[in-house]
Amino acid sequence: MKDWRYWLAEQRGTLLAFGIFVVMFVIYTSNHPAGFTANVVQTASNKGVLLAFVAMAQTLVVITAGIDLSVGMIFTLTNCLASWLVVGTGIETAFGVLAVLGTGLLCGAINGAIVIYGRLQPIVATIATGAVYFGIALLLRPFPGGSVNEGLADALTGRLFGFVPASLVTLLAVVLVVWVPFSRSVLGRAAYAAGSSEMAAYMSGVPIRRGKFAAYALAGLLAAIGGLFLTFFTYTGDAAYASGNAYTLFSIAAVVLGGVSLFGGKGSAIGAIFGALAFRTIGDLLFVFDFDPLWQPLFQGVILLIAVSLGAFALFRVRNRLEWFL
Amino acid sequence: MSETTVSGLAGRMPKFLRRADPAVLTAFACIVLLLFLGSLYSRSFLSPEYLLQQLKVASFLGVIATGMMLVILLGQIDLSVPWSVAAGAMMACAAAAYGTVGVALAIPFGIFCGVLIGIVNGIGVAYLRIPSMIITLATNAVAQGLMVVYTGGFSPQDSATGAMRYLATGFAVPGVPNAVLIWALIGAAMVFVLTRTGFGRTVYGIGNRERAAYLSGIDTRRVVMIAFAVSGGLSAFGGVLLAGYASKAAQSMGDAYLLPSIAAVVLGGTSILGGRGSYLGTVAGVILITLLQSILSVMQMPEAGRQIIYGVVIVAMLLLYGRAPASR
Repeated sequence: MKDWRYWLAEQRGTLLAFGIFVVMFVIYTSNHPAGFTANVVQTASNKGVLLAFVAMAQTLVVITAGIDLSVGMIFTLTNCLASWLVVGTGIETAFGVLAVLGTGLLCGAINGAIVIYGRLQPIVATIATGAVYFGIALLLRPFPGGSVNEGLADALTGRLFGFVPASLVTLLAVVLVVWVPFSRSVLGRAAYAAGSSEMAAYMSGVPIRRGKFAAYALAGLLAAIGGLFLTFFTYTGDAAYASGNAYTLFSIAAVVLGGVSLFGGKGSAIGAIFGALAFRTIGDLLFVFDFDPLWQPLFQGVILLIAVSLGAFALFRVRNRLEWFL
Repeated sequence: MSETTVSGLAGRMPKFLRRADPAVLTAFACIVLLLFLGSLYSRSFLSPEYLLQQLKVASFLGVIATGMMLVILLGQIDLSVPWSVAAGAMMACAAAAYGTVGVALAIPFGIFCGVLIGIVNGIGVAYLRIPSMIITLATNAVAQGLMVVYTGGFSPQDSATGAMRYLATGFAVPGVPNAVLIWALIGAAMVFVLTRTGFGRTVYGIGNRERAAYLSGIDTRRVVMIAFAVSGGLSAFGGVLLAGYASKAAQSMGDAYLLPSIAAVVLGGTSILGGRGSYLGTVAGVILITLLQSILSVMQMPEAGRQIIYGVVIVAMLLLYGRAPASR
């Protein structure tokens, strides 16, 4: 096989997600009353980027064959925290942003420590820590409210040079600063190896514990970046249980659409980003076609159900029936 | 602690204690501890009325946790509990609006809707081999979508039927609430199925190693599907009882039951990886969770504090005895 065919096989999920996104976005903008304008793109990217950050967070954990059901709650918690801290003068704001990101990192690290060093199952552990994070969010914001440094918020949710959405640029920057170095580092490879076959990785002396821990911690950081953006987007903090849960759910949908294997070891955060953007665009298609917004939850649920069922096609390739049972 | 002291200590204990699961014993010990702490706070914690009231509240969670336990014994998980509960309650109340036939069929119809959700889960997990965590989240979202479309985004106006109210709040036997009786019946049936039938042994077998169960000639996929259908049905039945208790259904009534039902099963010593666990442990877990909730609310702890304590207690107890073996 040639090199480019290896590359194609590795990136198939990402490319498929990119394709779905482009098709959906073309349908979306061509039917949008305002058409393909800078405003439409800006609004779409602001909404999409929120989910993209949470989906990236979920990807990191899913790659290690785990799952983080607390990402939505970290997202909510950091949103509430940002509505207190990211205010005031430039320096105060900068410290606020750092504190919010640090909190996210800490939440992720706690998840990682419990799952890896405490040896608990990720599902139960992260549901429980999610309850704790939501409780703290509720302490911070019993009622929706608060404020944010509006100059910074408008700059990051606005447009650069009149047409490039600033949120997309931030997303790109985060990919370059967090995802690219991580996935190329020893820790990143260890996270992939742990997801692919933990036993084999352990036997080969790969630092699986540190790799997995880094993945969980960085997932918290990425969810915090998402929470920060939600604050920039809404100017308020809101400890909403339903919205936190929805983001957790949608992040899994985005990860699956983005070609990341839920059994671990396969996929990339880039794919998950396109998965998130595609999922958001599909959800918004309903508005373009003038459906009742009441149908949106059902529509998104059905997309999710179809997306997760697509993986079942792999069953047709199974020769030995024992491979049904992992 | 070395092995010899444990066995030496165990040798002196009565037989029933030696045979019991340490996790179940810990759970029961925690119940006693909670009751003790509660009685320090207020003397009414040990009154029969209060304890019976707690048992009644626990029975709703007990019914739901019974289904959850069956699924967890298989090594799977059912995250569609919230909207299975809500769908069961809403559909039962909705059926009640269709005359006398509707009233008569309200409870079976509610359970039927839950079973349908469970069957979709089961097909996904058993035949399409989708991880249970994912497919049940997806069916939960679909069930939520269907209910939102049906109710128009508001809590439905239909109210519970007399039969539903009777099941949840009535007294068929003087002194014993019907809800407790129902939980006892369902629990007894579950114990019978798990310990005395081939189906129950198969559930444990699949939880230990599905491949081995399949090679032993068991149609494991059918068993998994039935287990999910039962779990969906029991969740919906829990919802029907809750609707009877509150005399109507509400949008997010099931949200408060997902974490507690999983926690109750796991705290009761059932392995989240499947294949190990007893129903007695689940009973202990359910009572433990209900008492914890009750004490926190009696102490007028705000919702935020309750969520935090709740999560911390679950993680702490799991760290005590729910850990996976080290990879060595």
